[in-house]
Amino acid sequence: MSSNNTNHTGYKSYLEEDGGRKGIFKWILSTDHKRIGLLYLYAMMGWFIVGVVLGLLMKLELIAPGKTIMGPQAYNATFTVHGVIMIFLIVIPGLPAVFGNFMLPIQIGAKDVAFPRLNLFSWYIYVLGGILVIISLFGNGPPDTGWTFYAPYSFKTGTNMLPAALGAFVLGFSSILTGLNFIVTIHRMRAPGMTWFKMPLFPWSLYGTAWIQLLATPVIGITLLMVAGERILGIGFFDPAKGGDPLLYQHLFWIYSHPAVYIMILPAMGAISEIIPTFSKKTIFGYKAIVISTLAIAFVGYFVWGHHMYTSGMSGAALWAFSLLTFIVAIPSAIKVFNWISTMHQGSISTEIPFLWAASFIFIFMIGGLTGLVLGSLAVDVHLHDTAFVVAHFHFIVFGGVGFAFFGAMHYWFPKIFGRMFDKSWAKTGWITFSIGFVTLYGPMFYLGIMGMPRRYFDYLDEFHGPNIISTMGALVMIAGFLIILINLIKSARHGEKTTEMNPWGGTNLEWQIPTPPPLENFDEIPVIDKATYKYD
Amino acid sequence: MSETIAHHNEHRDDEASKLGMWLFIFTELLLFGGLFVTYAVYRHGHPQAFHLAAEQLDVVVGTINTVILLISSMTIAMSTTAIQKKDKRTTLLLIAITLVLALVFLVNKYFEWSAKIGHGIWPGSPLLEELGRGDTLFFGLYFFMTGLHAFHIIVGMVLLTVVFVRVQKEKLTFDNFQLLENGGLYWHLVDLIWIFLFPLFYLIT
Amino acid sequence: MSDNTNHHIVPYRTYGLILLLLLVLTGTSVAVTQIELTRWATVVALLLASTKSAFVLAIFMHLKFDQNIYKIMATLIILLVAVVIVLTFLDYGFR
Repeated sequence: MSSNNTNHTGYKSYLEEDGGRKGIFKWILSTDHKRIGLLYLYAMMGWFIVGVVLGLLMKLELIAPGKTIMGPQAYNATFTVHGVIMIFLIVIPGLPAVFGNFMLPIQIGAKDVAFPRLNLFSWYIYVLGGILVIISLFGNGPPDTGWTFYAPYSFKTGTNMLPAALGAFVLGFSSILTGLNFIVTIHRMRAPGMTWFKMPLFPWSLYGTAWIQLLATPVIGITLLMVAGERILGIGFFDPAKGGDPLLYQHLFWIYSHPAVYIMILPAMGAISEIIPTFSKKTIFGYKAIVISTLAIAFVGYFVWGHHMYTSGMSGAALWAFSLLTFIVAIPSAIKVFNWISTMHQGSISTEIPFLWAASFIFIFMIGGLTGLVLGSLAVDVHLHDTAFVVAHFHFIVFGGVGFAFFGAMHYWFPKIFGRMFDKSWAKTGWITFSIGFVTLYGPMFYLGIMGMPRRYFDYLDEFHGPNIISTMGALVMIAGFLIILINLIKSARHGEKTTEMNPWGGTNLEWQIPTPPPLENFDEIPVIDKATYKYD
Repeated sequence: MSETIAHHNEHRDDEASKLGMWLFIFTELLLFGGLFVTYAVYRHGHPQAFHLAAEQLDVVVGTINTVILLISSMTIAMSTTAIQKKDKRTTLLLIAITLVLALVFLVNKYFEWSAKIGHGIWPGSPLLEELGRGDTLFFGLYFFMTGLHAFHIIVGMVLLTVVFVRVQKEKLTFDNFQLLENGGLYWHLVDLIWIFLFPLFYLIT
Repeated sequence: MSDNTNHHIVPYRTYGLILLLLLVLTGTSVAVTQIELTRWATVVALLLASTKSAFVLAIFMHLKFDQNIYKIMATLIILLVAVVIVLTFLDYGFR
């Protein structure tokens, strides 16, 4: 491969090559992995705005004790729909669907994923799932069970639970098919010479993620079908009156939903592992350790679901085992943090925007991860279970972890994807505003939780008023930051300064060795890989 | 499919489609896995009731259906041998036998289910409520699991019909028969599930 | 990717023999459960079912003739299901 930074002339980029279709059909009929990645991005952006508005409504309700802008039923519906949208429509597809689709084939030196039509089909299923979620908002009123659909309430409530659960089921299907596609792609389509241990870390993280998508998602699928059977036929699987065990629902639900947290965070870690060496101009420290820890997280992460159920009345033996396993699964995450920091050590760091996001990711992720261990220890969890502490921890990991990595990846790959550069000073303003808002929003919730403020109530005691005001203020700041980032990116994608530079950041992987924006099939000639990844000469 | 992918060189990778099929089979195993966990938990909780409820299922019908599925599994496996021997007639015949056996299985299932429903046993029926919790759970699982299994049989039949037509039109031939093999793999999965459903519901009494 | 024609042709006879074996195992399973084995009935029935599925996986599904990666994946997934059941029973077995 040539390493010059000039562009090939006389090629058509994927954005210009439209397969002879017009208007929106250029997108919704294209099986090009890059266009599909962007389809997900646009759909998710729309959903994210809805989710953020719902979150803001909750924070406004909580700005003062008592009813502020909504009553209990509306509040229950708001946190349920917020959760369903954010979890099933945004963070679970999240990085794999957007950047995985876009970058995976390029990074392993392939022209597309293994099954391009199946890939487009997955997007359609995703849209169908989204439509079902919208349907659930009408009729008998939006679901009010929480995104966890806990039995027995989930089949007793009069609200529109069924379409929402069906939506989650359908979205699971989309997730499974994407995972299947990625595993086959990675097994079969790596460029010649790219052995497993020469593969970049983002594809590795997608590989681990894909296995969880494949093996955990069907469990929630069947569980939601059982709940549907419960609602429609009254079978009695989870109905204590008929001998069913609601706790079994919780087991089955978390057998999926805990690994799902790793579906969210593993690709985020993968993206961070791409950004940090590029901006430290240094080979990643402990490549193999990161790979192995990725697989270890994927594997052990499957066996820790019980830590969501400490106060549910599980047996002592199970409590003990799940707590132990939870502590074990923290080790590989810690290994990654050490590796990222060691990569930076003595590197020549340039504090470009993607690096700032990555560095703040590490900070946020460590808070989220360590508070996770607080919740993972049995005795403490009894006090903190179902308090605002859990909400804070969860948002530090899932929103802090995935969100910060997503924005980092977005800025990192932005010039490659759109062939334009974003406005760097606005991007920096957005980052700092967002980060300050984020910590101000969720930080006080740790304190509130320790003091005993329960989650999922529209009301609270007067003594919790102060921190809640700070938290709501933080929400407003964070949303301001989010709007700056969003508007900057949208404007830059349309009118930003054009760039055809192949490698604006000085990265080492294959995506930086093809023209910007990439041509339709990525490579004129499939590259032959002869050296390890992340090598700086 | 229309010519929406004109720009992609249609490159064929049988190993990839086989791997894809296997991965799909793994998700199916986990799908039923969730139900097997449920079965195990409730059997553990209500051993006596499960014992008695299982005696109400007809072992003969269950055994016949098991034999039918095993034979159909063999015929579809043989069809991959036939196609590799360039024997189109035998290939088609074997797929047809598999489809007929699948249909017989479903007919048996239909009579079995209607007999149970005729006796007042269906999910959420008043009789079950009277019989108690163990019976409710046993028959709930019975209808749910065999129902889901029957659904997979129907999907498998659709898939094998497509395969049949494509062999007929010689779209699938001795050097290009991955779809037949994948259809076969799916059919064996249906068989595998039944291998476990049969003793769990009919035999262990 | 030139291995599109790399297939092992299994003779009809093998399939026939495996079916015979599966039928015998089914018969054994039915016969064994007719006599009262009480607690062991479940174990025996599940062991026989597992043996049967091993044959289906190995011969009918060609695992025996395929690349090792399929065997490894299938084994790990069966193991995964087993561990999940064990962990679930850490709860239900010790309530």
